[in-house]
Amino acid sequence: MSTAAVSVPSTRAQTKRSSLRRSRRWALIASYVFLIMFAIFFLIPPYYMVVTAFKTDAEVAHMATNPWIIADGATLDQFKILLTQTDFLIYFKNTAIVTVAVVCITMVVSVLAAFALGRMKFWGSGLLATGIFLTYLVPDTLLFIPLFQIVKAVGLLNSYWGMILVYPTLTVPFCTWIMIGYFQSIPKELDEAALIDGAGHMQMLTKIFIPVALPGIIAATIFAFTVSWAAFVYPMAFLYSSDQQVLTVGTVTSLIRADVYKWGMLMAGALLAAAPPLIIYAFLMDYYIAGLTAGATKG
Amino acid sequence: MAEVTLRQVVKKYGDVEAVRSIDLDIPNNEFVVLVGPSGCGKSTTLRMIAGLEEITAGDISIGGEVVNDLPPKDRDIAMVFQNYALYPHMTSFENMAFGLKLRKFPKAEIKSRVEHAARILDITELLERRPKALSGGQRQRVAMGRAIVRNPKVFLFDEPLSNLDAKLRVQMRTEIKRVHQKVKTTTVYVTHDQVEAMTLADRVVVMNNGIIEQIGPPQELYHKPRTRFVAGFIGSPAMNFIPCTLEQHGDGLRVRLSDKIALPVPASRTGRYRPVVGKELTFGLRPEHVTEPHQGNGASGGDSNFAAVLDVVEPMGMETMVYFTIAGTEVCARVDPTAAGEAGATMQLHANMDHMHLIDPATNMVL
Repeated sequence: MSTAAVSVPSTRAQTKRSSLRRSRRWALIASYVFLIMFAIFFLIPPYYMVVTAFKTDAEVAHMATNPWIIADGATLDQFKILLTQTDFLIYFKNTAIVTVAVVCITMVVSVLAAFALGRMKFWGSGLLATGIFLTYLVPDTLLFIPLFQIVKAVGLLNSYWGMILVYPTLTVPFCTWIMIGYFQSIPKELDEAALIDGAGHMQMLTKIFIPVALPGIIAATIFAFTVSWAAFVYPMAFLYSSDQQVLTVGTVTSLIRADVYKWGMLMAGALLAAAPPLIIYAFLMDYYIAGLTAGATKG
Repeated sequence: MAEVTLRQVVKKYGDVEAVRSIDLDIPNNEFVVLVGPSGCGKSTTLRMIAGLEEITAGDISIGGEVVNDLPPKDRDIAMVFQNYALYPHMTSFENMAFGLKLRKFPKAEIKSRVEHAARILDITELLERRPKALSGGQRQRVAMGRAIVRNPKVFLFDEPLSNLDAKLRVQMRTEIKRVHQKVKTTTVYVTHDQVEAMTLADRVVVMNNGIIEQIGPPQELYHKPRTRFVAGFIGSPAMNFIPCTLEQHGDGLRVRLSDKIALPVPASRTGRYRPVVGKELTFGLRPEHVTEPHQGNGASGGDSNFAAVLDVVEPMGMETMVYFTIAGTEVCARVDPTAAGEAGATMQLHANMDHMHLIDPATNMVL
């Protein structure tokens, strides 16, 4: 009798456990199905880019061949021509200069701004922080018209130095916002301990806050890097000579002549242009995710 | 090493007065504990001494120098926080050395000071670890080490044991006392735990609603509380408070608690209490002074015995708490486990009237 009394609840528990296991299995299957669908969807363009970059012009132009495979053998011709007979390297150099400068300016401005807004409470700091974020919501397709007047007024039209001036309008608000969230998640006692230990505000920032908030700073750096590396509207509007052009616009304008598309070189250019962000993401992805989610999960 | 003086110190947040004109003198090397319930102003007072909060009015002096306008780093104080506030990217050594580095101490001196503090706190083997690799107790030791290496004039502790579990809290309490005996530095310690206050302090400052209710050595606060608040706050379980009237009984006085219970006032106190005969008062007696009758009970002897019907009985091992009511007020007594009856039973109890207190309900002052 006692056996029966014990076995009934244990059977119930087993049923519950197995139903939990089953529902977990279905959830996993559904997750994998959708993940695979999305992975395929998003990987098709880069795959097409890689395949096309290693084809000959003849194969690209040949309508009868399968566009998804390299049928006539892989070649580096597109890369050779791109690097030797076009201004691609100038675009690359210009982009690198602009991006490094923009990232540096952005990080200095947004770290200082976020420290002030996030930690040194003063009258209107909350309103100012919200205001900074709101500026991020204004799209660059609207901003480029007034910015054109400003860039022209300071004499930087058709100069990549003008990009160094205008890109931070895209990067600083969001980076400041990320950093404010990150700095606010650091316990208040840490700055009080530093104050008592004898640190001034700059020492507190450089010796405590920047090292502690490093994941957030890396996340903001990656964001600033990606935005300035991939910016299209501003260079399109403000730069028109080849020696000042950046990768995004330069590659497109020099490799598309009227209705003639140099697909092989376009894809090779896109592949080379995508390499630096890819490498940076690959190394710093963990920091990036930690940085973006920190403000949301820490008290 | 320095004395700390507070003179009519006020702290206001808008219209709210958190600290109301307090005066406090802490002599050199004394261990003072500020204790009180949440929101009583004890942490605010400590933070004002540290320089982390500006004072609204009054003067704070450390070592004879008024420090009202000095930033924390120039006050030569060290503080230990409730949540340790260790720098997470630095090792224990770096955490302890940080303040000395900022003050440009020579490397050799930093090393010797940190190692000396580590020996005092028994954390030498933890010096290369980061805070996340340390347990709560170890982190608190490192935080104390960070304070010790600076050799400051004053140590400030802001509820340093509140984040630790009960067992560790007792250990660290002893540790803090041991460190103070070794390092001999003026210490101001804030806690809401009256046991911590009683065990650690040379003098306890009991605060309530932004004012100081009483300052004194732990035993004085326990035996001679000046206000009803102090009488109720110090001691666990809390003192029993029962409405009463004081009546003449022959040559002596009696405290009438109910129709049936009237307890004799010790002869030594009749002079003091005579002016309030006939008044409505509050009678205060600690649970440990309400026991089972036995030989050697106070001077009042058998007259102080009374019978009570027990409502709740809580065996604690070495003693048993019994709860009963007198004229609608719940009363707790601490009795011997062998003498305690069952809930619902009638038990003979004895009030040790040598430890009684009478409180004027109008002023809440102990008479």
